[in-house]
Amino acid sequence: MKRTIAGSLVALLLAAACGGGTGGAPSGGTAKLTDGKLVIAVINDQSGVYADLSGKNAVEAVKMAVEDFKAKYGDNALGGSVEVLTADHQNKADVAQQKAQEFYERSNADLILDVPTSSAALAIADVAKTQQKLYINVAAATTDLTGKSCNKYTFHYAYDTYMLAQGTGITVTQQGGKSWYIIYPNYAFGQDMEKSFRQAVIAAGGTVIQSDGSPFPNTTGDFSSLLLKAGQLKPQVLGAMQAGGDLVNVVKQYNEFKLKDQNIKLAVGLLFDTDITALGQDALAGTVYTTPWLWNMDEQSKTFADKFLKRTGIRPTFAHAGNYSAAWQYMEAIRRAGSDEADAVVKQLEGYKFSDFFIRNGFVRPEDHWVQHDALIAQVKPKSESKETFDYSKVVSTIAAEKASRPLAEAGCSMPK
Amino acid sequence: MDYIALQLFNGLVNGSFYALLSLGLAVIFGVLRVVNFAHGALYMLGAFAAYLLLQDFGVGFWPALVLAPIGIGIAGMILERLLIRRLYGLDPLYNFLLTFGLTLMIQDGVRLRYGLQGQPYPAPAELAGSISAGLVAYPTYRLFVIAFSIVVCVAVWYLIERTRVGMIVRAATERPELTRALGINVDRWVTPVFGFGVALAALGGVLAAPMRNVSPLMGSELIIFAFAVVVIGGMGSIAGAVVAGFLVGVLASLAAIFNPALENVVAFALMAIVLLVRPAGLFGSLEARS
Repeated sequence: MKRTIAGSLVALLLAAACGGGTGGAPSGGTAKLTDGKLVIAVINDQSGVYADLSGKNAVEAVKMAVEDFKAKYGDNALGGSVEVLTADHQNKADVAQQKAQEFYERSNADLILDVPTSSAALAIADVAKTQQKLYINVAAATTDLTGKSCNKYTFHYAYDTYMLAQGTGITVTQQGGKSWYIIYPNYAFGQDMEKSFRQAVIAAGGTVIQSDGSPFPNTTGDFSSLLLKAGQLKPQVLGAMQAGGDLVNVVKQYNEFKLKDQNIKLAVGLLFDTDITALGQDALAGTVYTTPWLWNMDEQSKTFADKFLKRTGIRPTFAHAGNYSAAWQYMEAIRRAGSDEADAVVKQLEGYKFSDFFIRNGFVRPEDHWVQHDALIAQVKPKSESKETFDYSKVVSTIAAEKASRPLAEAGCSMPK
Repeated sequence: MDYIALQLFNGLVNGSFYALLSLGLAVIFGVLRVVNFAHGALYMLGAFAAYLLLQDFGVGFWPALVLAPIGIGIAGMILERLLIRRLYGLDPLYNFLLTFGLTLMIQDGVRLRYGLQGQPYPAPAELAGSISAGLVAYPTYRLFVIAFSIVVCVAVWYLIERTRVGMIVRAATERPELTRALGINVDRWVTPVFGFGVALAALGGVLAAPMRNVSPLMGSELIIFAFAVVVIGGMGSIAGAVVAGFLVGVLASLAAIFNPALENVVAFALMAIVLLVRPAGLFGSLEARS
């Protein structure tokens, strides 16, 4: 008995020594991984209203990033294997929190990615803070991630309600849509959108006549009472802040009630390509919206979109592309740090300036961890102008990174060092 | 005033869907004593059938209004023969579980193939316009939905109250053993009645396609309301289902004038009140519940 314990002890020691020998000598840019492997966990909605715009295909995007990273820097680029885990948070904050806890603690996840649905996104920010592990949010919109819920380990990558309001709110108001009636889904995301748009519209010289919350989730799929109210209030712009399936219902019924013929313009807060698929391009033709990225905006984006199409059968939404880019930049940061230790990676990310196919003029603000970058004003084309399936929109103009980002003074984030 | 009047119309539109769905549920429950939880999924299949007919075969709205209910109705009959029939002898809970499981399978099957976001479906060209009503225009299609569902509801009522087939079905609902004793083959009517109820759900689905997001979950959200309506009207009562359907639709829309969030609550508040005051429902008799 004694001998076997001693024997295994020796074996263990030997293994540890060997392991230390190979992993411990950083040669040729190989990083040192704390537990011999890198674990990236993607938490998002895989069965509900946001499953199409991120969902399983966002996991595929992250896997693509890992494969491409290995192809570029070699199999052992990070000094160990890279594992991609995934979980469905069902758009519930408590499920998200529990999954995050599990991933960080039991699966030794080094990074949590994606997380649409603002309430769930904020819940995970708290877990990242207490666990002292990295969390890069891509698909949620709430500005609280870099505001009152900001912390050392949480980064906000692709877009937020401030960016959407700066783009759509200001552009539409300046084009003459001075009076607004805003309808929003009554939960964290919608309330945040309402606030951001109200500020932007007023700043651009417009007024908000009224705003109303719609129940979320809206079980009946019926928005006719709010649309009738719009017909009564006669605003120049109806600002619809609903997302995903809810938005599809709003637009369908907006067209049904012929509000356009009454000179009530539709402004959409957040639009994904998947929404355009559901509505048919012509139902939205002419709609101006803000997005961080379009798959057909330039050659390098198209190259990614082609690869993505081959793998998944659809063109990527900006959430898909954002997850790829965030995973890539995270792995780059590990290479620069020479370690996957969270504090070292945070240090590499803070203040980092970069551009890739998704992020233009990127800068990771050290004060609140907002990843500042250019945004696009896009417009939905009529079907007659599109050259292929998923060719939905064109870029109207670009909003410079600084203008698309909430000023630090307004963020209200006190970053603990 | 205009606004309230138009909101009343919106209520009737929503009520039309509640009425069509709960009518099907009531017919099925009346004869089979099965609480068909898959009703919402079958409604969704109706909408998808309309979408596929248009997409893949270029068949428009009007033929789809006939073809989709027939197709889904036949599928419903097959379902009854293969699965639901086998559980009649057991606790009603078993069929509840079975149809609930079927719902999940149908929904996820459609989701795997078409995704969750939904599919586009235009209103038929003849009805795409709107009729001017005072200050605001009201979509012609919505008026059509109200008129059409009222016609369907009256037709179903006539079928059940005034024809021989209806008489047999009613007799089988109230006293199945006695009806059998009079030499009527009750079992022969079970499968067609189930198919008929399912066809009504599919019809609702086709009607909803131009107005609502055609997505796999469209029915799961509506079915809960339809159940509340059936309980309000009285389990198994045909007239009750129709009246309660329109009543809930109108009350919910009027409540939404005061506060949009109330729209989702009204049906259940009404259900609670009705259960307190008239436990058998507005039109129900206590025997029909056993």
